Amino acid sequence: MSTQFNAIPESALASGAGSYNEISVARRFYWLVKREVWESRSVYIAPLAVAAVILLGYFVSAINLPTRMRAASGMTPMAQGDMFAQTFGTAAMALMATTLVVAAFYCLDALHGERRDRSILFWKSLPVSDSMTVLSKATIPLFLLPLLTFLITVALQICMLLLSAAILLAGGQSLAMLSHLSLGVTWIALLNHLVVGHGLYYAPFYGWFLLVSAWARRGTFLWAVLPPLAIGVLEKILFNTSHFGDLIGDRFGIGGSATSGKATGMLAMIADSPTLSSPGLWIGLILTALFLFAAMQLRRRQGPV
Amino acid sequence: MACIEARALRKAFGKTVALDGIDMRVEEGRILGIIGPNGAGKTTALNAILGLTPYQGELHVLGRDPWRERDRLMRDVSFIADVAVLPRWIRVWQALDYVAGVHPRFDRAKAEGFLAKTTIRQTSKVRELSKGMVAQLHLALILAIDARLLVLDEPTLGLDILYRKQFYDSLLNDYFDRSRTIVVTTHQVEEIEHVLTDLMFMDRGRIVLHCSMEEFERRYLEVMVRPEQLDAARALKPLHERQGLGRSILLFDGICRDTLSALGEVRTPSIADLFVAVIGTQAGQAQGAA
Repeated sequence: MSTQFNAIPESALASGAGSYNEISVARRFYWLVKREVWESRSVYIAPLAVAAVILLGYFVSAINLPTRMRAASGMTPMAQGDMFAQTFGTAAMALMATTLVVAAFYCLDALHGERRDRSILFWKSLPVSDSMTVLSKATIPLFLLPLLTFLITVALQICMLLLSAAILLAGGQSLAMLSHLSLGVTWIALLNHLVVGHGLYYAPFYGWFLLVSAWARRGTFLWAVLPPLAIGVLEKILFNTSHFGDLIGDRFGIGGSATSGKATGMLAMIADSPTLSSPGLWIGLILTALFLFAAMQLRRRQGPV
Repeated sequence: MACIEARALRKAFGKTVALDGIDMRVEEGRILGIIGPNGAGKTTALNAILGLTPYQGELHVLGRDPWRERDRLMRDVSFIADVAVLPRWIRVWQALDYVAGVHPRFDRAKAEGFLAKTTIRQTSKVRELSKGMVAQLHLALILAIDARLLVLDEPTLGLDILYRKQFYDSLLNDYFDRSRTIVVTTHQVEEIEHVLTDLMFMDRGRIVLHCSMEEFERRYLEVMVRPEQLDAARALKPLHERQGLGRSILLFDGICRDTLSALGEVRTPSIADLFVAVIGTQAGQAQGAA
């Protein structure tokens, strides 16, 4: 039916219709993701700004680095290296926390903002399906933000390393302690932590937030937070248990065991990341798929609010 | 092939029936104006045609089911659903880039040509543009898409008269080429009167009248009846009677022009006059207020 349908009107069109190049799905998806980044510039501005502040702070505190190093001269280079590792780890965690907050707010606004400003009527006038739109929006917290966090963290830590080296050298001190930082290993662990942990293991949170933003007419933040809270409270009242709260707490607190022991450093914390072989990760991804599917169906039906 | 074909198209929001089982058929190459009071179901009908809302009944647009195949259909259909729906954060060049990136039938050079005739700069954000400029930008984007059906729902609402005039001028001169179909709703009936090839009145979810403009001109005549012939004129069962310039003006459906010219001065009524006659005085007031 479709071939017949295509044949008649296109020959009837005067202006050479039918000569149009198809645009591949990948290409359209690329433009959708690009549009998201145009709209939500906080996706990269926020972590870059935090990185800049950290670097500035580090620079100011590094001025008296030689003095501190002299004071710690009794320590082994290994222990001195740990001091650096802790600072570097804190910097990485500040960036991770930043992009998690950015991801949460991005998701809450992603499918709500376009209904609030009525631009959904413009987006829907273009040949892009609701499924593709929702997927392009989910790409930001699932993949783009973790990768961006990784790149900015690596760049920041390199800057911090160079800065420390320059100051230590100027103070006539050895760089031995810096070689104990083992940044290479840390970065591989960090990449794994961000992609698997922040991207995939947290996926149900993003999925839920996107669903809320597609559904709620207003107050997306309250709708995202209050119902889970109500479930937890109800469970406590009815059964005097807290499985639901534990479930969310456990998922959010990846590497939670490490937060208690500060001395273990960033490497220990991120080494605690969930792996691709953990069933919890896959259950979470199934849940995410359900949330996203619901968000697609809602976007299909919803107009401006 | 019909561009739009609907049978028993129905849509209800709770207990409110927005579309009460309408049948319609719009051939390709027509410019159809849909006119009706607020809440008549125009926007609901257009939303169904554009795949923005589910519906009951049968509906085919360019041979496709709009609800199931909206994204595919949008390659051949473009629409302006309302004024000021362009996202306020977007820059003009970003809008051009994006539409070119996702729409296979978008002619970027054409859109830039339209924009060159305006004072819109490509580096501007939509929020920095005036309302009229946003409408121009949206029109430039939409008219650069080689679509087979263009749907305009109140495309000039709230714009000043200069922009409204320009809007319909470029629509006719730069876009319409008899192979395309245009469906437009507006409250400013008089502005589209000379543009249309077909006319449709809607009221309370039903189509009250659907005819071509030729048929409209043939069927409907208005007579400024001389006072002494008023009774004779009323005997011919006018659709509507109103007072104007101290004379009674009677509107007739399907009465021969020669018969009527014996009663007074005969002319073709405006769409607005016919609308008032068909829909009723109450709706006419709403129309006038808009």
